[in-house]
Amino acid sequence: MASTAEIQSGLAEILEEVAGVAPADATPEKSFTEDLDVDSLSMVEIATAVEDKFGVAIPDDELGGIKTVGDAISFIEKNQD
Amino acid sequence: MNFNNGDVVVTGLGATTPLGADVPSTWDALLAGRSGVTRITDEWVEPFPAQLVARLAQEPAEKIDRVRSRRLDRSQQVAVVAAEEAWADSGAGDAGYDSLRIAVVVGTGIGGALTLLGQDDVLEEKGPKRVSPFTIPMLMPNGPAAAVGLAIGARGGVHAPVSACASGAEAIRWGLDMLRLDRADVVLVGGTEACVHPLPMAGFASMRAMSTRNDDPEHASRPFDAGRDGFVLAEGAACLVLEREDAAKARGAKVYGKLAGAGGTSDGYDLVAPHPEGEGAQRAIGAALRDAGLTAADIGHVNAHATSTPVGDIAEAAAILESIGDHAAVTATKSQTGHLLGAAGALESVFCLLALRDQVIPGTQNIEQLDDAAAVQKLDIVRGAPRTATFSAALNDSFGFGGHNMALVFTTA
Repeated sequence: MASTAEIQSGLAEILEEVAGVAPADATPEKSFTEDLDVDSLSMVEIATAVEDKFGVAIPDDELGGIKTVGDAISFIEKNQD
Repeated sequence: MNFNNGDVVVTGLGATTPLGADVPSTWDALLAGRSGVTRITDEWVEPFPAQLVARLAQEPAEKIDRVRSRRLDRSQQVAVVAAEEAWADSGAGDAGYDSLRIAVVVGTGIGGALTLLGQDDVLEEKGPKRVSPFTIPMLMPNGPAAAVGLAIGARGGVHAPVSACASGAEAIRWGLDMLRLDRADVVLVGGTEACVHPLPMAGFASMRAMSTRNDDPEHASRPFDAGRDGFVLAEGAACLVLEREDAAKARGAKVYGKLAGAGGTSDGYDLVAPHPEGEGAQRAIGAALRDAGLTAADIGHVNAHATSTPVGDIAEAAAILESIGDHAAVTATKSQTGHLLGAAGALESVFCLLALRDQVIPGTQNIEQLDDAAAVQKLDIVRGAPRTATFSAALNDSFGFGGHNMALVFTTA
């Protein structure tokens, strides 16, 4: 089980790799689309990378509800084994 | 319908090629007689009959940042590199043009083959869920034009002619039409290609279209030479910025020359073989001359399509002789660049404009024994070193599998 801090830093790594987001900017209150300029196709790539890193699959009907970095952290925390 | 009869000029050039990372370095290398051709050393090439390639002098990743690159196919990356050079060179981005009147026409012969083939590997190895969500925008043949349109903020239309190795030239003709039909005020035109991969290499080789002179890369592309045995696959892109002459002059833009006329025809003869006398090519050249209001006697220089295939070079020589005559200085720059397929017509148009500007005609390399076909023998082919000349009009031919024929006429400003 990854801690909240580990999830946040892991997610920041993914955001940097996929969308060029500086790790310092990947804070929980940030909106993917509004603040970090992450588009819908990049969100799909992020979901795939999250599954690889944390073993947590994000179903398509859940992906649309994940608006902020904090939403993603919570989803991963709740759904990890 | 609105028409605009003003002359169209070229105000910006961009290129990334096997000879150089930009237009000046490519032109310098061309005039110095350098070759961009090398032999592939990767293990996969071992069973291939044709092992030669002309790769980019500079990787696009050196000019485009990593995050932007990863969602662009290589054909799109090189298109963006060439387009950004041309756009900056023209200064059109700072000229106050309304984005609704800025258009893009960038063609490709093959499109995003590397993405298609690479993602097919992902599909086979890891399953459908691992296929990139960027697969479709990266492989679609309008992808390079769309990427360029985004890069320069074009909202007046983004178009992508696909006519194999005539695509780049067709894009230029399309841009000319857009300005004449008053559909835009500035059009960035060009061509792009990046498909160095085992599958296209195998396909072209199976057609017996590629040179197998594997032990002698620099001399493998030898248009009009008796010993030529096919083309050398190259990658790269070239772009030009077209504007109306009055607007360009009003803003004090640098002008390379005029795009005076264009002609396009189809052979209606065979899917891939050219008509033996270049009948469709002759009609394209004739149409371009009439469109430019010039006669054959006005053409001082021809940058031939001449890919170094046994059949194609002779058909083109016949077409040039019939429609232009034997007075024009002909050159075949693919002897150094290799064949950039959908980018070829755009790159060779860049060469025509620089030849006009500098009054110098690049030489054709690797002709040791001129082909004995009568038409080839009669043409004035510039061999070896560049030749200085006084001329005011140049013709660029481009032909593509499918029977596409394009001819473009450029003149001094």
